[in-house]
Amino acid sequence: MEFVEKIRQKLAAAMLILGVFVVWEIACLLMGIPEIVLPRPTVILETLSARLPQLMPHVLQTLGTTLTGFVMGVTVGMLLGAIVGSSRVAYDTAYPLLVGFSSIPKVAVVPIFVLWFGSGTVPAVLTSFIICIFPVVVNVATGLATTEPELEDVLKSLGAKKREILWNVGIPRAMPYFFASLKVAITLAFVGTVLAETIASNRGIGNVMMIATSSFDVPLVFSGLFLLALLGVALYLVFSLIERRVAGWAMRKSELPTL
Amino acid sequence: MLTEQQSTRATPSFDVVPGEGGREAIKLEKAEVVYGRGKRTTQALAPTQLRVEKGEFVALVGPSGCGKSTILKLVSNLLAPSSGHVHVGGREVGAKRVGVGMAFQNPTMLPWLSVRDNVMLPLKIVPPFRSRFRKARKGEFRDRADALLEKVGLKGFGDKQPWQLSGGMLQRASLCRALIHEPELLLLDEPFGALDQFTREELWGILQNLWLESKPTVLLVTHDLREAAFLGTRICVMSPRPGKIIDDQPVPMARPRTISMTYDQDFVRLTQQLRELITHSRPDVA
Repeated sequence: MEFVEKIRQKLAAAMLILGVFVVWEIACLLMGIPEIVLPRPTVILETLSARLPQLMPHVLQTLGTTLTGFVMGVTVGMLLGAIVGSSRVAYDTAYPLLVGFSSIPKVAVVPIFVLWFGSGTVPAVLTSFIICIFPVVVNVATGLATTEPELEDVLKSLGAKKREILWNVGIPRAMPYFFASLKVAITLAFVGTVLAETIASNRGIGNVMMIATSSFDVPLVFSGLFLLALLGVALYLVFSLIERRVAGWAMRKSELPTL
Repeated sequence: MLTEQQSTRATPSFDVVPGEGGREAIKLEKAEVVYGRGKRTTQALAPTQLRVEKGEFVALVGPSGCGKSTILKLVSNLLAPSSGHVHVGGREVGAKRVGVGMAFQNPTMLPWLSVRDNVMLPLKIVPPFRSRFRKARKGEFRDRADALLEKVGLKGFGDKQPWQLSGGMLQRASLCRALIHEPELLLLDEPFGALDQFTREELWGILQNLWLESKPTVLLVTHDLREAAFLGTRICVMSPRPGKIIDDQPVPMARPRTISMTYDQDFVRLTQQLRELITHSRPDVA
């Protein structure tokens, strides 16, 4: 019974998503919107299937760049977050710096990276790297800083060292926060990569879309957008799955959304 | 002052020789705790003397906010005294590793661990168990946790997550966690305060049995006078903030005590007397 109910819910959701595209398709047809303004979903799919072999290296390029930047960003973000979340001084000094730094529009930073490292993959990796750091730091720091002192006291009264308390209480406690930030960070990482690719690269989906725009190949531009959205959703799902294994305790069974 | 002499009056049903050097478990000497700095200070605990012998079960009672929990924090080294000394196991607290088990008013289970893993937590931290934890967690330690859970009536609940258990069940598990590493010193901070009367009385019995089995030194903070009299071999009464110990007396009743004994004349007289001590010590009444 419960299983049938789940399937029904999944099906309803899928239908709804499909419905959005159907409405898009019909609206374009009814209002006679030309392809150069807004291509229909079917046209986009056609373009996608026709040009996929051509696009594939760019997809891999963007994916690789994004993941590299993402992993670097998350690693640094985690370490910074651990420091900021467990020390008052670090909290007071690092926070204003971080907020200031992440308020800078990343478009403004890309030319600097190009100046330092030349155009290509490196600026793209760096852009997605710096764009990832902030949400991770903020969340990890919050998770650690909001750890209930009572939970720490349990370990302290056993004579645990600071490192043991961090390992057994602080880190597990911060996990749900960390995973929430990963979901934000992975989507941001794509933004960073594509941004840098658009400005200064001759490879990657961002570059493809840039060139397609200048030659008014709008269906190809939208194909690029589609691919980016797909990659984003796929990685989001991967992290959701890992999250459920590692930090599932934060979501009670009954409230747990099934993928 | 009074503790030294009065503990000699404590002649519980087991062989404690008070005052003898090696038998001292806890000693507070003019231990004082002051929060804040400069002019805006609050004295949480007035200079306090307290001496607890090994194997004693001392109940600390007093009005709320009188510093009962502060004494526990001092003994468990969660807090350092502003002045005076705290000795545990004959040495300044923290100087020597003493097996301490602690249970709090809230069960404070780690929500990401199963009930059994929560109970096994001290084995992961405290020597000599910690070195064997990796190997024994699936075998010996696991059986040990399960055996203890069974004693408190939680058989078969080891694999549950903490949020699946009721408050009373969590408090039982919390008691297991305090005991699993067979501590010499058990510190209980109103562990049954948030429970209903029936669960509370059942847990008194369980705690008494556990104590009779291995006779650890226990310091129990409570505001329930019946609880203090039922469990304690000695009761220390504290004055309102800034707290200090104003009375210290033994509980002569034989063990194992039963709930029906708490309605006997002697017992009622004892709790009545404690109640009067506490109400008269309050400034607004006196």
